Amino acid sequence: MLKYLARRVGSSLFALWVITIIVFLLTHLSGNPVDALLPDDATKQQIDAFIRDWGLDKPLWQQYLTFLGNAVQGDFGTSLKWPGEDAMGFVLARMPATLQLGGIAILISLVVALPLGVAAAVYKGSPVDNGAQMFALLGQSIPNFWLGIVLIWVFSVWLGWLPTSGTGTFAHAILPAIAIAWFQVSALARLTRSAMLEVLDAEYIKLARVKGVGEFSVVWKHALRNAAVVPLTYFGILAASILTGSVVIETVFSWPGMGWVAIEAIRGRDFPVVQAVIVAYAVIYMISNLVVDLLYVAIDPRIRND
Amino acid sequence: MTDVQEAPLLEVKDLRVKISTKAGTFYPVNGHNFTLNKGETLGIVGESGSGKSMTATSLVRLLPKHAAEVESGSIELEGRDLLKLSEAEMRKVRGSEIAMILQDPQTSLNPSFTVGNQISEALSLHAPGPKKTMRERAINALRKVKVAAPEHRVDCYPGELSGGMRQRVVGAIAISCEPKIIIADEPTTSLDVTVQAQYLRLLKELQDDTGMGIIFITHDFGIVANLCHKIVVMYYGRIVESGTVERIFAKPAHPYTEALIGAVPKLRGHEGRLRTIKGQPPAPMETLTGCPFAPRCDKADSRCFNELPPTFDADGDGEHLASCWRVIDQ
Repeated sequence: MLKYLARRVGSSLFALWVITIIVFLLTHLSGNPVDALLPDDATKQQIDAFIRDWGLDKPLWQQYLTFLGNAVQGDFGTSLKWPGEDAMGFVLARMPATLQLGGIAILISLVVALPLGVAAAVYKGSPVDNGAQMFALLGQSIPNFWLGIVLIWVFSVWLGWLPTSGTGTFAHAILPAIAIAWFQVSALARLTRSAMLEVLDAEYIKLARVKGVGEFSVVWKHALRNAAVVPLTYFGILAASILTGSVVIETVFSWPGMGWVAIEAIRGRDFPVVQAVIVAYAVIYMISNLVVDLLYVAIDPRIRND
Repeated sequence: MTDVQEAPLLEVKDLRVKISTKAGTFYPVNGHNFTLNKGETLGIVGESGSGKSMTATSLVRLLPKHAAEVESGSIELEGRDLLKLSEAEMRKVRGSEIAMILQDPQTSLNPSFTVGNQISEALSLHAPGPKKTMRERAINALRKVKVAAPEHRVDCYPGELSGGMRQRVVGAIAISCEPKIIIADEPTTSLDVTVQAQYLRLLKELQDDTGMGIIFITHDFGIVANLCHKIVVMYYGRIVESGTVERIFAKPAHPYTEALIGAVPKLRGHEGRLRTIKGQPPAPMETLTGCPFAPRCDKADSRCFNELPPTFDADGDGEHLASCWRVIDQ
């Protein structure tokens, strides 16, 4: 068990290290920082001073080690676009907003997708199943930014029930959360359905019925517990992509989260902030996958024994 | 062995199960009549696809929904027709009065729950008691099926046990609520021979202790001879011969039974090649006039191909029945 955990944490840290290399090289690939950071009419002295100050005259590997050393301490430099702001601190300050929106979206996906997938499997071939498949197909076909705009149009502009954008109350989070969740609901519901269909045919389901176990318990306890591994695997990807992939939706709804910061920083060629955002996203991604790895163990004893 | 005067534990009368598919309908269980008394073991024998498992499944009313249904007949457990019970009442019968041991121990236990958990689930449904005693009762059930170190095994997951051990656990679940009848659907097919023998001995001992009736489904006449009191031989959804083990082994009345007994390998004798039955059983949807076994029967005449034989009393005392024209021709 501890070995399993250590191995998972170890491989996450390794991946994180690889990401720091990529992030570091990216800034060098996208042109000379001198051109990006200094005004066009900078003098020779200014340029030389800049190169010395930033250590750009040193070999690349030394620059990387300096970057890595600082990054480990959470120091990605100061923002260029928002002067005086510590890059990582600025990103982290936006993180709660993203986590809040993502959390609600994840909750919606789970609460809708699991029962939908289970019901579709139990009533296979019935109107319930067909309806669920239809709903899933819609969710996977509609681009989420377009869905966001339609939601704003219907519920904010036309019906006037919910605010168009911004943050503050729970009502603000509903529309963007739905816009993010629908696509995920579709994928999760379809995976749950197919996993449940397979499990419901298993002998141990028959044995449970033979024991006199009621249908509700057969489906929600005996079957779902075994079917859950498949949607759970996807749940790791889902949680990560909801948290990191809300970039577009945050822009549509002017939600001041990390995604919004990322877009603004890229627009402003604010390298320290871009680097901080990417690393922060990577950490979120890894943590959510680590949580899934731990949930596997809680759910399935076969994995525990490996 | 059994008291003839006593009312039978289970009486199945004219049971017919219909399967409807897009390709047509057929009857995997077609007019079954048999009885099971207390302390008795009934063997249901036949090839794969003959309707043995369908018979077993229909007794506990767990036929696949939509596809199969009981069309007619009755299944009386101590005089009570199970087919007339509501689903909720039937759930109380399952596990507590009629238990079942399924074919494949590798897949018939839920991999996500401990052995103890799966035994006590049945207990808490049919014989509830304080939570604290559940573990102890599960251990007791394991002890009854002779699982070594039950205090340790009770906390194991099925994946941590061998095939023979798992099948004992399935047995423990079945006997835990002290059922009147256990239906064992080829429980030893996937076990190796020595484990198989141990398991069969165990079933017999449990039966001696509790007086339960056992319905044993198998394709192995060797097992039947050792374990069963009565036999029902199935072919193509029909009971072609039924009677006591002694009568049927001494004088099989149906050529199919004869062929099955002949196909059991013997240690003594110089037969050379193992005897087999030529041909294949008919496909489910095939329309047949006459005896379904006729195409594979070397004693068949034109009547066999044209007229379905009814059930005849082979020995004149009601103890040995067979559906074969030869019975009255002799």
